Amino acid sequence: MRFWGKVITITWKDTLSEIRTKEIISSVLVFTLLVIVIFNFAFAANREIMKLVAPGILWATFAFAGVLSLNRSFVPEKEQGCLEGLMLCPVGREVIYVGKMLGSLLFMLVIEMIALPIFTFLFNLPVLSLQMVTIALLATIGFVSVGTLFAALAVNTKARELVLPVLFLPVVVPVIIGAVEASRLALAGEPWSRLTSWLGIIAAFDVIFLVVSYLVFPFVIEE
Amino acid sequence: MKTRGSASRARAIEAHELTKSFGNHLALRGVDLDVGWGETVVIFGANGAGKTTLIKVLATIIGISSGRVLIDGLNIKDDAEEVRRRIGVVTHQTFLYGNLTAYENLDFYGRMYDVPRRAERIKEVVDMVGMTSRLYDRVSTLSRGMQQRISIARALLHRPAIMLLDEPETGLDQQATTRLWEVLQAGEDGKPTIILTTHNLERGLELCDRLLILAQGKIAYQGARQDLDLADLKRTYQHYTGVGT
Repeated sequence: MRFWGKVITITWKDTLSEIRTKEIISSVLVFTLLVIVIFNFAFAANREIMKLVAPGILWATFAFAGVLSLNRSFVPEKEQGCLEGLMLCPVGREVIYVGKMLGSLLFMLVIEMIALPIFTFLFNLPVLSLQMVTIALLATIGFVSVGTLFAALAVNTKARELVLPVLFLPVVVPVIIGAVEASRLALAGEPWSRLTSWLGIIAAFDVIFLVVSYLVFPFVIEE
Repeated sequence: MKTRGSASRARAIEAHELTKSFGNHLALRGVDLDVGWGETVVIFGANGAGKTTLIKVLATIIGISSGRVLIDGLNIKDDAEEVRRRIGVVTHQTFLYGNLTAYENLDFYGRMYDVPRRAERIKEVVDMVGMTSRLYDRVSTLSRGMQQRISIARALLHRPAIMLLDEPETGLDQQATTRLWEVLQAGEDGKPTIILTTHNLERGLELCDRLLILAQGKIAYQGARQDLDLADLKRTYQHYTGVGT
């Protein structure tokens, strides 16, 4: 209970700070909408072709939006010298990881909740379904769990905006592929039974990323 | 939890053969340090001597490469979380979030430290540093000196028995500096143990019970305040650091 109390305190602090500045949500949302609109114009084709390319467009957009968002998760802490303040608190480094990770998850889900209806409208595809929401939730957990670890690693480097995508994107590829394939099936109107293998793969990577990041984070943040 | 002062059997801080390296660079080379309860130890040294690294190691912000450090008898490797409850840290960085108000910042740290009667305690510490009138202002709207005063309030929030101060006077005017030392030296539950790093020899000599000169990651000199006057200190400092004052 004490663990989760501290985690929520960190997540709430990040949320309150984001509500004040709207730094992550506004910039990442504008980026996401621009990419969706540009792809919509580029692939102004018939519905069948749209069904084929839409999952790739959607997840490429969310992956790059995720990089942008995660890049900002530790930067304010670093710029304001607050990372050391957090590290002085009498909690395990794992608490900091989970708190920051949940904050990033919340911001990404808010962006996706706004982007998905717009995607539905522009591409005229049934993106707003329980299947798609499940895929989005699972894939986003995978993104932010490993992304938070790499964001903490990148924040101490000079070229952090470059370091994060170079480290993060290759590692998160299995989740992106799983999300694209599961989305393709969902948009084709396939039943849940056809999606389960891909959802299982995403969930397995979520668990691996979460456990590994949770264990490795204390070393990353201290050194 | 142990209280400060004579009730504790363990020394406040004990470091044996402490080394810390960053890659090939040895920042601390076999530092031995023994600080009693209620003692004020001032550490002088040129830039890059290892003062900030030593404070960060004692504060458990960074790990040690070798050696052993005990704070209130607790090993900083094995009991880092308990050690953090016993220390308050003030540096030239405030550890405050500019987008949050002073109250929200202190409330955040209060929750992280499990401070009882949090709202009441926040008002107490803010009153101590003379910032009550700006408690609900965003930190980014406060001057550097005011931010540093809130930072001191943050460090005092959980009633630490040991204060680690790394150039804490940064940005403070004369009045605020005097207030800082009044608050710290009086203490709320008896005089706290203080480790202070500073470049200000005069101020350091005035405040310390004991002083150390750190040079190239080693303790080059240590002595009691009564062993030196300011002129002696300046000569000794120049001798060991090669830096004139």
